[in-house]
Amino acid sequence: MRATVDAPAQRQTMTLRRTVGALLRKDLLVELRTLESVPGMSLFAITTFVVFHFALNRNSVDGDLAAGILWVTLLFAAILGVNRLFVADADQGGFDGFLLAPVDRTAMLLAKALALLAYLAVFELIAVPGFALLLLAPPLGHALPGLLAVLALGDLGVALIGTLVAALTVRTRARDLLSPLLALPLFVPIVIGAARASSPLFSLGHSAGPSARWLLTLGLYDLVFGLIAYALFDFLLED
Amino acid sequence: MLALQVERLARHYGEREALSDVSLSLQRGQTLVVFGPNGAGKSTLLRVLATLLRPHAGTVRVLGSSLPEEAWAVRGRIGLLGHEPLLYRELSARENLRYHARLHGIAEERVQEMLEAVAVSDRAGEPLRTLSRGMVQRVAIARAVLHEPELLLLDEPHANLDPAGVEQVRPLIGAISGLTRVICSHDPAGGLAQAHLVLGLRAGRPALLRAAAEVDGAEIAELYR
Repeated sequence: MRATVDAPAQRQTMTLRRTVGALLRKDLLVELRTLESVPGMSLFAITTFVVFHFALNRNSVDGDLAAGILWVTLLFAAILGVNRLFVADADQGGFDGFLLAPVDRTAMLLAKALALLAYLAVFELIAVPGFALLLLAPPLGHALPGLLAVLALGDLGVALIGTLVAALTVRTRARDLLSPLLALPLFVPIVIGAARASSPLFSLGHSAGPSARWLLTLGLYDLVFGLIAYALFDFLLED
Repeated sequence: MLALQVERLARHYGEREALSDVSLSLQRGQTLVVFGPNGAGKSTLLRVLATLLRPHAGTVRVLGSSLPEEAWAVRGRIGLLGHEPLLYRELSARENLRYHARLHGIAEERVQEMLEAVAVSDRAGEPLRTLSRGMVQRVAIARAVLHEPELLLLDEPHANLDPAGVEQVRPLIGAISGLTRVICSHDPAGGLAQAHLVLGLRAGRPALLRAAAEVDGAEIAELYR
């Protein structure tokens, strides 16, 4: 009896997984061919670290200042990826192709958030060592396990909010202006949470783990935006 | 059995009225050809029938389902060929068709079958941006019929095709396919030859709606004056 009840739900999950897989594969292929997002984000971050290096007139930073510089730079760079997230779909009719298919539209939210998450992960492989090399006083090695946890939670929030904002603005004429204007205020709690959580990791002299309270705050913020994105995304794709 | 049933359909973009007071019905297996000058509302009509635009007034039933409430029931049963090919320029023809096949839950073998049907298999691995417009149009036609739709919505389907290309796609989108079709056309003779029903639009309003056998080319030419 249970198997009979579960069968449609199981089929639906399989269809969702197949659709997410198809969309994600397509997005990664397009990015691999065009290199429009990740190289731009990486170059922006490295340039910003160089600017900070000279503007602060310091060879290295630590603690709160280091955490603040890192997260503000990562989030501004992420805006570049957010801006490009739906451009190929909007400009080349991909939205219509997707909307004509008999699939759950949540698949696009999941696939786009996963694609942005992948771009952020690859970009941070370049940006974080770049930050350590150009600005960070304490060695990165000790901070790395804790920093990975903060990055994972911060990136998840950026991916969810970024996908929602990109879907909201992509069909407007002023999308390049609107995306940052809408995304940045929503990113503020992520900057605060991630910077506070990372700050102990970048302290000189003693190695502490990331702040559990701020990790929890980040996790809750991600959860809230995950639910908001799930509730709203269908309406954003509608005419 | 009716494939399309439209009553007093209206659709506007902001203040501008794109379609107004359009009513028609079309039997399954028949072809409706829509004529009208640029901006007459032909593409808007196709997009409403394809479930991509909501009607702002009137009732629309497509393949027995009422739009927009039951749009989910007809998605996947409609093949749309619009002005845009709905294909990604950086992906190859094969990658594009594979992507659409996965969205529609279709076996991969069908992709190769369609690439051969539109004679693109030789260049199926090259990015779409390197193909000619005619080849891209053939891939777009393959994409539109990949999932074996019951209703074809075709906006100037022969645009960019040479005579050989037109012949190649005839079994897929021509009368021989046996599918219900709505075709937007600027070619009075070619359009009339395919039509069971003719709709002429002018500034979003129906100026002509009759069985094709009762329409002559001069009436269609009049729509463009």
